Amino acid sequence: MATDSMVPPGEDPAPYHEEVHDPRRRDFINIAAVTFAGVGGVAIVLPLVNQMNPSADVLAQSTTEVDLSKIEPGQGVVTTFRKQPLFVRNLTPKEIAEANAVDVASLRDPQTLAERTKAGKENWLITLGVCTHLGCIPLGIHEGDNRGPFGGYFCPCHGSAYDTAARIRQGPAPKNLFVPEYTFNSDTAITVG
Amino acid sequence: MSFPWAKHYEPKQPLMRWLDEKLPLPRLVYGAIGAGYPVPRNLNYFWNFGVLAGLALVLQIVTGVTLAMHYASYSGGAFASVESIMRDVNAGWFLRYAHANGASMFLLVVYIHIGRGLYYGSYKAPREMVWLLGVVIFLLMMATAFMGYVLPWGQMSFWGAQVITGFFSAIPLVGESIRIWLLGGFAPDNAALNRFFSLHYLLPFVIAGVIILHIWALHIPGSNNPTGVDVKGEQDTVPFHPYYTAKDGVGVGVFALIFAALIFFSPNLLGHPDNYIEANPLSTPAHIVPEWYFLPFYAILKSFTADFILPAKLWGVLAMFGSILLLFFLPWLDTSPVRSANYRPKLRIFLVVLLADVLLLGYVGGAEASAKNVILGQIGAAYYFAHFLIILPWISRSEKPVELPNSITEAVLAKHGGTSPAHTALKTDDDLTTKPALAN
Repeated sequence: MATDSMVPPGEDPAPYHEEVHDPRRRDFINIAAVTFAGVGGVAIVLPLVNQMNPSADVLAQSTTEVDLSKIEPGQGVVTTFRKQPLFVRNLTPKEIAEANAVDVASLRDPQTLAERTKAGKENWLITLGVCTHLGCIPLGIHEGDNRGPFGGYFCPCHGSAYDTAARIRQGPAPKNLFVPEYTFNSDTAITVG
Repeated sequence: MSFPWAKHYEPKQPLMRWLDEKLPLPRLVYGAIGAGYPVPRNLNYFWNFGVLAGLALVLQIVTGVTLAMHYASYSGGAFASVESIMRDVNAGWFLRYAHANGASMFLLVVYIHIGRGLYYGSYKAPREMVWLLGVVIFLLMMATAFMGYVLPWGQMSFWGAQVITGFFSAIPLVGESIRIWLLGGFAPDNAALNRFFSLHYLLPFVIAGVIILHIWALHIPGSNNPTGVDVKGEQDTVPFHPYYTAKDGVGVGVFALIFAALIFFSPNLLGHPDNYIEANPLSTPAHIVPEWYFLPFYAILKSFTADFILPAKLWGVLAMFGSILLLFFLPWLDTSPVRSANYRPKLRIFLVVLLADVLLLGYVGGAEASAKNVILGQIGAAYYFAHFLIILPWISRSEKPVELPNSITEAVLAKHGGTSPAHTALKTDDDLTTKPALAN
């Protein structure tokens, strides 16, 4: 029998009489042991990767309240949300009209002003002050800043220009300034996040 | 490994013989950078820069480890701890200026080292692996230098971290999550600073490890030389020690003079004043620029301003990383069997143009993003890629090389007015040339 040659000398050939398995028992043990160690290894890698994610104290800073009562039309303030600058702007009727006059289909990131604000509160434009190109803070929130060719915000780093609805109109940035989630607590106060 | 005529290590002292039996470390050093490594006899001063790069790494590790004894990697105290190093720590100003300018010196000598490889065809067979490992070292150096620049937590540190991690947000769909994962937050802060410090301390030792592989891979075929002609026999080589240890010593002296001039006379020449302002997440500096050694790559990043199938931002990031990853393919893009550009008249011209192009990109990378500069950058970036992807494959097929010397020795002796090795060797009293010739 062909199987006889596979029996190590001095061992009982009985278990081999039925058939030779492929993989053999020794291969099976080998594969099983390495697989078990591999699964264990992956289980150790997971926390090593996950420790890089924002920790609980960083995530805890994820809401910000803003008092709108002191912001006159045409003014804006900068506050922080998740340690990033947050632009809160009270648009003038002229700025709203300019934003609504744009053909939305012609935009790089098509959105209307109404989609970027809350119903009935179109004058309150709340965005992150982080250029969607590489993260610089655009100019235009402070009085006297260069507001760029479209009268909104202008990023001095690589020349991205945003319009009065903070939509990207010119330059390398791919997206409009990000509008975070927020709710009106009253007519003069919002909670962001 | 190495040539058959390489000298063998023979310890004479009993202690060294004992050590050689237990742990042959001196034997390894003797064969790697001692008299046991035969090197082409015609190397010029461009061959100093590998040793200089190794020296720069050692200096960075020594100054870096000592600086880490005084530095606090905490976003609320990092800037103040660097100021305290400058003002209060004994000789702290010296260590910090040596470390900051040491990074510039390291990148400078590495750029010359890479340029040497490009000109003399050191990336070609049989040294492809040496080149590939070199590109890996370069990538590790760039990562290390970037993270080191973040540590003082000044304005340029912070906004540099913001912009560079912003590259990853260009990746479609998962980009923003990757960026937040890398930073450990939504903007650079304490978590990012700490992990950058940890990795900045680790990576130099990884670099040292890859350097060992780089030298190991080099010692299998042996060093290239200015003619690019293979070593034919013992007369073509001299032992590394004392011949090139001495020649490298000259280079080390010049290196030290320039380094000292930077540290002691203009330590902030290559830095940015904005980095002496503490990081402020609510104020972007008017003009964000990376350190000088990244400017050409930054110019390539900035030169994409319009969407074309993919967003402009993604193009910029792909092109910038592509400009370095391209170097991995260089040994197979250049198919000419002639190594040294000394014998390749067309390549020689285009390499000078490439150097001018990289300098132009460096200028554009540091300049304001005006319309004129953007166009200059676009031309420069396009030419950079054209050089490697079009011009180089084209000239390696069409070019007619100048006649190569038959051997290194023939080239050396022709330079000194001789015609045949045997004839000239007898006339010169230079030990270096006569000994191998007489031995044959």
